[in-house]
Amino acid sequence: MIPAPPVALGALAPVLIVVGAGLLVLLLDLVPARGGKAHLALVALAGLVGALLAALVRWGGAGRAFRDMVVLDNHALFFHVVIAYAAALIVLLSLDYLRRVGAESGEYYALVLFSTSGMLLLTSAADLLVVFLAIELMSLSLYVLAGLFKWRHQAGEASMKYFLLGVFASAFLLYGIALVYGAAGSTSFDRIAAAVAAGPRDPLLVIGLALLLVGLGFKISSVPFHMWAPDVYEGAPTSVTALIATGSKAAVFAALIRLLAAALRAAQADWTAVLWVLAAATMTVGNVVAIAQSNLKRMLAYSSIAHVGYMLVGLVAGGPAGTGAVLFYLLAYTFTTAGTFGVITLCERAGEEAVEVRDYAGLGRRHPLLALALGLFLLSLVGVPPLAGFVGKFYVFGSAVRAGFLWLTVIAVLNSAVAAYYYLRVIVYLYMREADGPSAALAPSFAGGLALVIALVGIVLLGVMPAPFADLAQAAVAPLLR
Amino acid sequence: MRIGLLTAVTFLPAAGGLLLVLVPRERERALRWGGLVVALLALALSLGLYAGFDGSSADYQFVERASWVPSLGIGYHVGVDGISLLLVLLTTFLTPVALASAWSAVEDRAKEFVITMLLLETGMVGVFVSLDLFLFYVFWEAMLFPMYFIIGVWGGPNRIYAAVKFVLYTMVGSVLMLVAILALYVQHGAATGTYTFDLPVLARWVVPPGPAQTLMFLAFALAFAIKVPLFPLHTWLPDAHVEAPTAGSVLLAGVLLKMGTYGFVRFCLPLFPHASLAFAPLVFALALVGIVYGAWVSTVQPDLKKLVAYSSVSHLGFVMLGIFSLNVQGLVGGLIQMVNHGLSTGALFLMVGMIYERRHTRLIADFGGLWAVMPAFSAVFLVVALSSLGLPGLNGFVGEFLVLLGAFRVNPWLAAVAATGIIFAAVYLLWMYQRVVFGEVAHEANRRLPDLTPREWAVVVPVVLFIVWIGVYPAPFTGPSEATIEALVVQVQSKASVALHVR
Repeated sequence: MIPAPPVALGALAPVLIVVGAGLLVLLLDLVPARGGKAHLALVALAGLVGALLAALVRWGGAGRAFRDMVVLDNHALFFHVVIAYAAALIVLLSLDYLRRVGAESGEYYALVLFSTSGMLLLTSAADLLVVFLAIELMSLSLYVLAGLFKWRHQAGEASMKYFLLGVFASAFLLYGIALVYGAAGSTSFDRIAAAVAAGPRDPLLVIGLALLLVGLGFKISSVPFHMWAPDVYEGAPTSVTALIATGSKAAVFAALIRLLAAALRAAQADWTAVLWVLAAATMTVGNVVAIAQSNLKRMLAYSSIAHVGYMLVGLVAGGPAGTGAVLFYLLAYTFTTAGTFGVITLCERAGEEAVEVRDYAGLGRRHPLLALALGLFLLSLVGVPPLAGFVGKFYVFGSAVRAGFLWLTVIAVLNSAVAAYYYLRVIVYLYMREADGPSAALAPSFAGGLALVIALVGIVLLGVMPAPFADLAQAAVAPLLR
Repeated sequence: MRIGLLTAVTFLPAAGGLLLVLVPRERERALRWGGLVVALLALALSLGLYAGFDGSSADYQFVERASWVPSLGIGYHVGVDGISLLLVLLTTFLTPVALASAWSAVEDRAKEFVITMLLLETGMVGVFVSLDLFLFYVFWEAMLFPMYFIIGVWGGPNRIYAAVKFVLYTMVGSVLMLVAILALYVQHGAATGTYTFDLPVLARWVVPPGPAQTLMFLAFALAFAIKVPLFPLHTWLPDAHVEAPTAGSVLLAGVLLKMGTYGFVRFCLPLFPHASLAFAPLVFALALVGIVYGAWVSTVQPDLKKLVAYSSVSHLGFVMLGIFSLNVQGLVGGLIQMVNHGLSTGALFLMVGMIYERRHTRLIADFGGLWAVMPAFSAVFLVVALSSLGLPGLNGFVGEFLVLLGAFRVNPWLAAVAATGIIFAAVYLLWMYQRVVFGEVAHEANRRLPDLTPREWAVVVPVVLFIVWIGVYPAPFTGPSEATIEALVVQVQSKASVALHVR
């Protein structure tokens, strides 16, 4: 008789809380309510905060469940916190945003929660099957969310493109998993590690792992698998764009780091060379193409591609320093990016969302606080001290120099100088040009304001007092890299 | 944590600026006075630094340390020696002057202007007092953006182009310096086992001479050379100066350019002595080209501000010449020349700003005969112009003379070519002065220009006072720095262990 696998739901607690909140939202949505859908957002928020707290109390523990397919170590918990934070900020921002565009709906919050649960699960995946399941759980919800504003033709395009390229990537992933399974006889990271150590040049294994990398590369929008990002970022509702740019990216990075560190450590030299090229290409293409964008959301799409490139530099550097730096970078990037998109949700032009850079002309005069917030987020993206973005870059580049990747670092810093140009262009519009039309910024409600303040405090705190957070990031990667 | 005097001087302006955020923007007078008072308080505190400074010691003084990111060896470590003390004083002196000069010139968004200026002051002072490379880099980069806003928001018609050019030029240089800082940190850590960004610790060790030291030197030197600016990296400067508002120009010329030359003295010489020596001939060549080229180009400028901007290229060439002559006279001369240039060029920009406010033009051809209309203005302008061209008895002479002396000891030809720069300075400044001030009143619009107002007197008199004081009796200014500079020269020499021309 086959013994039933031990069920240890404790290791899934944050995921389950989020899923539970999602189901509750669906149920409550059936009850007609007069006051709009704000109570659903509140439930969603409660679920995310609950997941956050559940993750925090487990810090330092190491839970394993389902025959080691799911691991709840500090690495996963760190990402749990990042993702839950990002999702919570996005729920706070969505409240006003959806009401304004008239797209308030219960399934929005439910889908955000389901997608988030996929992200959370992905960070604890220690088995390729769980990786695949979690990615699908995350992505399927995001495909729907991307097309939420179905009356906009860009939304259909975004959703369709995201879906097609996404399943394409999933196919790569699945094919890679199959090949790796053929070579290693298992999909568990531990068994793959043993197989890699035994025969790192086994062609089946190499091809399988390369396909895995392609699949994950799609999801983090690394060059040359980045084509979907600009269209999806542009067409998706801005709050969803924020979730794609922050949470989903963080989750896939978590899986990638675990895969590289836990399963592929023996082949480090090989994948380091591959990632070196990917990092250089991703940064450069992202930044150079971003210069030419006049649509702010497209520009941020390319900029987020560039930021993925910087994070890949940290993975190339490897070791506790490099990997820890990537975690810190993701934390900083999440706060900054969520904040940036948060400001965008509050700006409109002629009843439409303000997405062109020139729509932001003169915002500094009309809405000084909002402009200041956007300006600070952009400066953090540039990497100006003392803001979070700078410290993130400093950690990543420092680890790369220390690991001997001097020229990659030179490419990276030159890229960040290029990036200054297009971020500053937005600031030019904010403060140095006068408004040329009926652009308007809405005073954020309490929820939106709270989200922006949290993000702002985050980028300043991480910038001025990075040490405790960097130590947490180090503690998070320590068990992986032992 | 106890807040020391140096920390107070550094952060008082920013703290004051953040407090001013609370003042409603309609209360413009309160904002302006508040900003001025904060800047004057910072000046008063920095005078405390001067009073308490022991000029006989070459060590860092008013040192404060606190741990910041211990896992990476990053600390909050500040202190001043004879070199940085003067530059801190220059900064705290020029900031209130600049704020006062913008009293009526900057009307739009006065609140943001005052706050930005105060943030800029903290950044500038921070650059000069940082003794930790990370901290230094933070200030170095952070300082860039207030200036970017000052040029871009309150500048002239082409301000956006100038502001973006200014930032991008500086960024490209400074990001490479960041890589060099990291490389230095890693090399020092690997060699000694101590991973730290602490400057005094790093300076006790020498990067082994070779390609690594050369590359690091070049990365630092590029960042600093852009800021100085050393020919041919100067092209951002005329744009930035012409477009910046007067207050921005004063601080840009007065303080920001000094960060480049200060960087060479503080970082390049002690950290990379061999490369500094190896590249000295190149620096000499570029400095000489800058001196002569800057002067020639100044001569033909139709725009007063452009003329002063190019004269900066020429004057900063002298500073670089003095620094890289690597002897006590040259370095003391270079340092005094930094202060002098800050005062005289700052004053020149103030004077240009005053007539610009009256006539809304800066073209030399639009003026003429001002002596008859504005005698007081013309007299002060004369003193400032004479100080800039190095007339004995005024400040410019002391610095240039010492620099030439130092350069002469390295190679008489250096001094000979550089001296032509002084002659050309006389040409372009006096010719400009003649066309603006002497002769008949050429334009009707100039006939009724009011002379200096009490506020303008208050702005220029302190500057002129120092111009005369340094010219007549420079000892109080050179005194505190001599011990530091002697120690620096000895340090660089012993590290490079190459015979130099000393004393």
